[in-house]
Amino acid sequence: MAYGGGECVARSFHITIITSNIQLLISNLRHRLTHIPPSYTITPMPDTWTVSALTRYIRTTLETDYRLKELTVEGEISNLSRPASGHLYFTLKDSSAALRCVMWKSQAAQMIYRPRDGDRVEVRGAIGVYEASGQYQLYADSIHASGEGDLFRRFTELKAKLESEGLFDPARKRTLPLQPRRLCLVTSPTAAALRDILNVIRRRSPSLEVILCPTQVQGVDAPAQIIEAIHNANKLNPDVIIVARGGGSIEDLWAFNDEAVARAIAASTTPIISGVGHETDFTLADFAADVRAPTPSAAAEIATPDQSELINDLRDLSNRLIAAIESQIQDRRWALSAHIASLRGLSPRAALANSRQRLDDLNLRATHALQHRLELDRQRIEITTQHLHSLSPLAILDRGYAIVTRADSTEVIRDAGEVKKDETLNVRVSKGKFAVRVEKSLKENHA
Amino acid sequence: MPKKTSSPSEPTFEQAFKELESIIAKLENGELSLDESLALFERGQALAKQCGALLDAAELKVKQLSPDGELEDFNEEQ
Repeated sequence: MAYGGGECVARSFHITIITSNIQLLISNLRHRLTHIPPSYTITPMPDTWTVSALTRYIRTTLETDYRLKELTVEGEISNLSRPASGHLYFTLKDSSAALRCVMWKSQAAQMIYRPRDGDRVEVRGAIGVYEASGQYQLYADSIHASGEGDLFRRFTELKAKLESEGLFDPARKRTLPLQPRRLCLVTSPTAAALRDILNVIRRRSPSLEVILCPTQVQGVDAPAQIIEAIHNANKLNPDVIIVARGGGSIEDLWAFNDEAVARAIAASTTPIISGVGHETDFTLADFAADVRAPTPSAAAEIATPDQSELINDLRDLSNRLIAAIESQIQDRRWALSAHIASLRGLSPRAALANSRQRLDDLNLRATHALQHRLELDRQRIEITTQHLHSLSPLAILDRGYAIVTRADSTEVIRDAGEVKKDETLNVRVSKGKFAVRVEKSLKENHA
Repeated sequence: MPKKTSSPSEPTFEQAFKELESIIAKLENGELSLDESLALFERGQALAKQCGALLDAAELKVKQLSPDGELEDFNEEQ
């Protein structure tokens, strides 16, 4: 009981040893101070202490004691509180004493284990004094559930064993169905986890058929029941199975670290999603499952398609349906108008118009040909006329010749002996005729 | 109030949804007669409506596997 007793060398103090009897402490300190050599005396002993000075002195004394700097205390947690600041406050107690403890946010946030009132724990830390309330307390660095070290070792060994067997092999993992119709829930019917899961499913996929396969999720009977429930669930031929349990201490979750449970999960014919404990809890069931969800609610989210997505999908399909039929009709409309156009090209009316045009064309060509022909004839006639003209006796008259005929006939006089005296003859010259009377015949010698 | 389980004449949402998808695939492929296309379109519209109604009507029903292997309604309030 006495503070500063030489037997206090154990690493693990019992709380009653550091009881908060300040009176006793002060008398002890007084006693010790009188035995400190002068060179160690920092503050001269005042006749009357101020509260601050005394508290600071006590603080210094406690916080410089090496036995109080790194220690482990075992006890039961009570009055646990975790305000918004994130620091953790609790009292450790045993049957006859209590110790205020605080764990700062920085350490508390890193801690996987979540202490709860009533947990038996081992707390590691240093004793210090909070001057404002004159309270000494344990500043905790870490908290472990009593015996956790042992459980953790078993967990690690079992995990390594199953891993080496290939039980957790990613290649073994099956993909989950996109649209499950039937889902089996392996969990406790009374657990809050069940309510969380059902709420998620109700919100996301209310048309899903959900069958609860009840089982205990903690205690000695839990592993056998979980295995039985998984077996029964598989017989119901669901699309997916959720194995779930809400958060708890490592002991609470221990059924999910059972070797046979892990094997049953790995052997399930239906894909299994595990949702055991909190995000930070990893169990062998999680490793053996096809998908590990951080929480039961998350498992439900992973298992179910969001119905609002389904509604969107349905709307897309409806739009595609309408677009498809419209495009079908449009295609035919195009084809039809193309056919109408080609039909128009094949119509006899077009042929008729064509013939008419050819007729016009021929007509025109015939006219041209005829005109050309006429022109040629005209030219030929002209040439012939000129030729004829050059051959005409009248043309000779132009050169000064004259044609003499008898007055009463067209007989041409070629011989002067044919004419008689006083006979009237017609003389034709180039331009006109005139009558002459024969005076006398002029006989030429050569005639 | 447990409603009747889906009868063969009433397709489940998934069946209707799947058929709707296959109808659209056929229509989009576009190698059908107009009569066939129109018939498929009408069927597709009926399916889409049915799917929508099934989604609207969906209400989560939970059953529980009893120790004797029967499925019974699970009362969440317990």
